Amino acid sequence: MGLLSDPQSRERVLLFLIRHNSKLCILCYALGLVWFLLLPLPPLSAPTYISENALLPGLVKREFVGGPQALSLSREFAANKALVGGLPVEWLNKTMTSLGLEVHTQTFAVDLPFPDEINERYHVRGTNVQGVVRARRAASTEALVLHVPFLPEANDQAMGLALSLAAHFRKQVYWAKDLIVLVTEHDLLGIQAWLGAYHGINLTSLGVRSSELGGYCGALQAAITLQLSSDVATSIDLQLHGPNGLLPNLDLPNLVHHLCLHAKVLCTVQELLPPQEDNAWWQSMHIMLLQALGQASTKPASEHGLFLRHRVEALGLKAINSHRQEKASLEKLGRLLEGVFRSLNNLLERFHQSFFFYLLPSLQSYVSIGNYAPCAAAILVVLFLCAVELWAKLNPEKERRTREAAASNPASIPWLSVIGSIVIAHGLGIALYLGPLVAHQRAANYFDLPEDEAVSLTALGIGVSSLSLPHRGSTPQGWIWLKLFALLELGMLLLALDLLNFPLAFMLAIPTVPAAVVSQPSHKTASIALLLVASPAVISLMGLAMKTELNPHGPTSGQLGGFIGLFLRWLQCLSQSILEHQSLGTNLYPLFTLGLFPCWLQLWHVALWKE
Amino acid sequence: MIPCIVSQTPMIIYIFHFLIDYSELVFTVVDITTTVILYLSAKKTALYLWEKQKCRKWSVDVSEILLRPKSLHWLPLHVAAAYLLNPLTVATCVARSTCAFHNLLLALLMLATQHNSIMLSAVFLALASYESLYPVVLLFPVILQLAQKEVKGKLMLQNPYLLCFILEYTVVFLGCLSILLMLSYSLLYSSDFIPAVYGFILSVPDLTPNVGLFWYFFTEVFEHFRLFFICIFQLNTFIYTLPLIIVLSDHPQFLMFIQIALLAVFKSYPNLGDVAFYLALLPIWSHLSRYLRNSFLVLCLLLSCGVLFPILWHLWVFSGSANANFYYAATLAFSTAQILLISDYLYAFRRREFHLKYGTDIKTQDGRKMMVELK
Repeated sequence: MGLLSDPQSRERVLLFLIRHNSKLCILCYALGLVWFLLLPLPPLSAPTYISENALLPGLVKREFVGGPQALSLSREFAANKALVGGLPVEWLNKTMTSLGLEVHTQTFAVDLPFPDEINERYHVRGTNVQGVVRARRAASTEALVLHVPFLPEANDQAMGLALSLAAHFRKQVYWAKDLIVLVTEHDLLGIQAWLGAYHGINLTSLGVRSSELGGYCGALQAAITLQLSSDVATSIDLQLHGPNGLLPNLDLPNLVHHLCLHAKVLCTVQELLPPQEDNAWWQSMHIMLLQALGQASTKPASEHGLFLRHRVEALGLKAINSHRQEKASLEKLGRLLEGVFRSLNNLLERFHQSFFFYLLPSLQSYVSIGNYAPCAAAILVVLFLCAVELWAKLNPEKERRTREAAASNPASIPWLSVIGSIVIAHGLGIALYLGPLVAHQRAANYFDLPEDEAVSLTALGIGVSSLSLPHRGSTPQGWIWLKLFALLELGMLLLALDLLNFPLAFMLAIPTVPAAVVSQPSHKTASIALLLVASPAVISLMGLAMKTELNPHGPTSGQLGGFIGLFLRWLQCLSQSILEHQSLGTNLYPLFTLGLFPCWLQLWHVALWKE
Repeated sequence: MIPCIVSQTPMIIYIFHFLIDYSELVFTVVDITTTVILYLSAKKTALYLWEKQKCRKWSVDVSEILLRPKSLHWLPLHVAAAYLLNPLTVATCVARSTCAFHNLLLALLMLATQHNSIMLSAVFLALASYESLYPVVLLFPVILQLAQKEVKGKLMLQNPYLLCFILEYTVVFLGCLSILLMLSYSLLYSSDFIPAVYGFILSVPDLTPNVGLFWYFFTEVFEHFRLFFICIFQLNTFIYTLPLIIVLSDHPQFLMFIQIALLAVFKSYPNLGDVAFYLALLPIWSHLSRYLRNSFLVLCLLLSCGVLFPILWHLWVFSGSANANFYYAATLAFSTAQILLISDYLYAFRRREFHLKYGTDIKTQDGRKMMVELK
């Protein structure tokens, strides 16, 4: 309190802040960046451990011997799939019943707002099949889910393994929780329809019509999504993040990793090998950046992601078959899964012991929220410092103000031009959010384009044309008020985002914060250049380029290389993000259009302010 | 110690027995009425401040910090706008919190006090205290305000007229309060409502998270220290009254404002409607703005709390990934910001009074400019 009530020390601090403002800003920004780069190193990243004692992964005895059965079931499934030309519901029903499961099917229908050209769907009709292994000695109050997404060209072995595991589990007496073997169609849309029906809610703006679900099993405790398309696998890849950067409790990936070590199966994240002794920093950073980019895209890593939104801890397991020597058979993988499910069966309460906010530089180490929060804070402080300087410029300390200056009218706030600019910026944000959905039909007919291209081109058109809107300030001081408002708004936006989805906030902050701080009418060229780099379009383009560059598989074949290819993919991503926002409730598009874009546009007005 | 199902007073429950079907309308009307009353009250306050400024003697060079009629002219409108357009008021109205009624009663109390109506102010003070107990402490500013007109001679404790007036007013107030309690008794034919309403406020059995400081502390505290800490926390709510009376006895208006603001921070179940009410009174004291020192810091803190509250609530209660500590951190920041704001206004008020008395340009003995400190 001394600092805040003692006028002398107060004045000294304020003077110090104002005099060294630019140095302090640069220092804080650099601190944030360096801190982020240091995150994979030991003092900041700690070794992982299993925090929930009830899991008891070491005490589980594995007895699964259904390897051959799994193989024959997967062959049979593939044959029936080819016969029906889709999900063989009849066959699944029959097989699950013969294995002793309680079978329920659910049909669902979703109409997308515009045709999805990548997945080639518009009016989606599908069926989910659910087989329940009831725990003999429990009251069906809790359940675990083994989820197998149906894919037209893959995932047959996953189906076979899940069915034979269910047959094995049914014979055991130790179950305290029911087990649901769930087969869903149309990837995320199917699992969303099932989760919505199971919990009786709809989390998106899209109407999902689905039939009544039978066979409720109480609260879902955990879910594993399985992807397996070969008879043997060389490694298991853990897929962590769900929509909007949600992560499962760290205990769940730790558990699977622990059991993989036990079974001598290679376990990876982001499909990259664990960091080796030499060059460990870059390899850890690579893994961490891929996780961060994945979270920042707000798109779930696999079908498991939507469970996370319903407070069900979930993990995607993707079996990979590469050229490595050690291969794991279906039986070995089955035993691994048996171990996972028996450990989950031991849970006494929901996962809550370990972290929900973390970054993984490798499976052996993690960075907790306490260790990565300082880099976000350091960068936010830059905005605050800049705002303090502007505030001091607008309100010179009353103590120092001479009487003459006080007697003359203090500069009145140019309300009209400042508020006008604020309203225009936010109105354009709303137009950019709604425009593509409202106008795409007309644009598609008029220019004879596919609808999803029409959507992204409409968005691009609105975005670019909004740059030319009037931004004529009439008073010399006006831009300071506008910039102050924009800085505060950007700060609040990034603060909120830091808590919800740290990687996204950090990636937005890196380019936008310097642009926001620098932008002013007297440094026109520098501020325009920085603002162009920090524009929402360029940020997302850079994110996409980074993702392509870091992708362990390199660019997929059939994709155009170079800048043109990147731009075309970016247009695709634009329409995809609108579609995902509508159908899955990911919030990248509204965040960019309703949050970031208005802030950016106000700063743009500041840079072009006529003094 | 069992949380009560209903902790509203019998009167409110009785009234809502008839109004529950029109509750949207009722809360809207109540908010608009409060705004109108605040407008009238602020008009009267502006007049009062102007009169007071006219009839006092000032130091020589204070013309720049004196009130100007032009700013006073717009003051009531600013107060009304600050109440009605505040997002917090709108949120309280949408949530249909009975806080709207408490605010209405407080506004009525202020209006009645401004008009020097002893009877009406006692009635509204009794109603406000009956509703939420804490406004009892407003008895002192109200008495001081009324005594300025009613009591002859200096406002000193030795003055027999003042003592007589205090006694008289207290009796009227207690009379009104006992009539209200009696009416409630006759509605229920039982006195169970007293522990259910006032026990609920004082012993804090309901630890549902809110924007105050009590809930987290009492979920963490060991059971056998509970009584001790409840006493401390409740004492903390009331203890500021005495020093504030001593310091601000000549300015009951400001005393009342500070009291209302402090209650909104320290009461056992504070909510955003209380904050909205005292924020609406800030324009009355806008002439203090030149002496405010932390306004930007407070603004940033309040804004970020406004962002953090819903997000941390969502992360904790809805998605289950954060926990109570995150939300409590935001609560702490919110309370800190409010306390900074209140102490800043107190400082600014005292500082302005000082300058009015000794002039704005004061030098120390060795000729340097003097600094004014709040100690």
